Amino acid sequence: MDELPIQSGDDVVRVRQRVRVVAAECGLSLVDQTKVVTAASELARNALVHGGGGLARVEVVRSGNGRSGVRIGFSDEGPGIPDLDLALTDGWTSGDGLGLGLSGARRLVDEFELTSKAGGGTSVVVVKWSR
Amino acid sequence: MDVDSSQGQMAAFMRDHQEKVVGRWSELVVTGVRGRISAVEVRRELEDLYSLVVRAMSGADEQALGELRAALAELSRARARNGFTPRETALGVFALKDALYELVADAAELVPEFLAFSRMIDDLGLHTFETYAAAREEIIAGQAMSMMELSTPVVRLWEGVIAVPLVGTLDSARTQLVMEKLLETLVTTGADHAVLDITGVPTVDTEVAQHLLKTVNAARLLGADCTICGIRPQVAHTIVSLGIEFGDIATKATLADALAHALGRAGLKVGPA
Amino acid sequence: MERVPIAKIGQTLFVSIQIDLQDESVMRLQEDLADELARTGASGVIIDITAVEIVDSFIGRMLTMIGSMSRLFDAETVLVGMRPAVAITLTELGLSLRGVRTALNADKGLELLNGSS
Repeated sequence: MDELPIQSGDDVVRVRQRVRVVAAECGLSLVDQTKVVTAASELARNALVHGGGGLARVEVVRSGNGRSGVRIGFSDEGPGIPDLDLALTDGWTSGDGLGLGLSGARRLVDEFELTSKAGGGTSVVVVKWSR
Repeated sequence: MDVDSSQGQMAAFMRDHQEKVVGRWSELVVTGVRGRISAVEVRRELEDLYSLVVRAMSGADEQALGELRAALAELSRARARNGFTPRETALGVFALKDALYELVADAAELVPEFLAFSRMIDDLGLHTFETYAAAREEIIAGQAMSMMELSTPVVRLWEGVIAVPLVGTLDSARTQLVMEKLLETLVTTGADHAVLDITGVPTVDTEVAQHLLKTVNAARLLGADCTICGIRPQVAHTIVSLGIEFGDIATKATLADALAHALGRAGLKVGPA
Repeated sequence: MERVPIAKIGQTLFVSIQIDLQDESVMRLQEDLADELARTGASGVIIDITAVEIVDSFIGRMLTMIGSMSRLFDAETVLVGMRPAVAITLTELGLSLRGVRTALNADKGLELLNGSS
């Protein structure tokens, strides 16, 4: 498992590149690789811009029937998201974000888990499996 | 499945009587095989399996059980390829119990161990069944994929105009495939117009409409305009009653109309020679 | 920070994005383009993203903004060379980039610009 800090725009690029490498190793198709890297980019930027900086954890996972996948966890100690339902509907905005970040990223991956509360930081874990 | 380590006695017994047991086992299996495999081959297969079984039972070799299961999985696949039913393969495995029992019946001290041994053989027989089922699943999944590929052709109608005749339901998996093929074809042909023919799509509900809109959106990002054609009267009715809006996407009744429209946009006209 | 070079050929500004762009570089590009458009009075902008593997919502938004910004200078922007995988992903994200015109490659982009002038 790789742990990458998210403290700057360059870090976001590094996260993208790392996820790309791991996704390719797992045998994901080009389109699926692009999707998961894009989702990672969205979530890393969220951690940076709204979370005040955070951490990304990238690892390979294996399913019961032998498929491999890439799992990425994002965490930050920022202000958190008080209303999760609202955050996940299209068009929700906070700060100067488009608001497509979370719900859009969710559509790009197979598994999406979001934990957050006001003042308590945010954690998002996503998984994309090979087919 | 754990091997009971107190099967040491049984393992020793099996080792001592290997010739006889394997011989009897072969006889029983050959009867079931009904000539599809030679007796010599059967004997060889069973010798190898027998050694693995004995090793697994003596408990000393931790990898033995794994190797045994792998060997049986391979046997199951090979038998399946040769037209054996999974029942036949499993029965062949179970026959080892019969072969051994004939010798063990008189040795009272081995009876408790025989029960544990019997359970292990049952589990292995079921394992061959599972392997067979898994292999069939893989074949079916592969065929489903091929079918999807075959029913998603992209054709070049004219210079700069390509068509995608959609047949069958347009679910998200299908839409992904359509988008990928359509975009690839746009890149390779340099076309700037795509016609999506939905004559063969039985129902167009909000979900299907969304898939169509996604496809059009993706094509547009590559600079291509899209026309949707093949809207049948019943489909038109559903679209209107569901309140689906195709916005500025041109829709035509027939492929011919769509082609004429596409040619018009390219500044061409069809006329008499 | 990488700065994306802007070339001028005739009445058109050409931008070819070759690298994995960091957010600041994209914002810098918008500023640089504004400067160039004001300075040269170019009537078209072609942004070539053939080499770009990832376009997320931020970059997508930036590209749309560049389109709007160029129009303020009476210039038309065409985004060319988007990769199929990127197009599919943007669509899934819900982005249509309506504010910018698109074409398969720079040649077609130029045809578009010349046709609309």
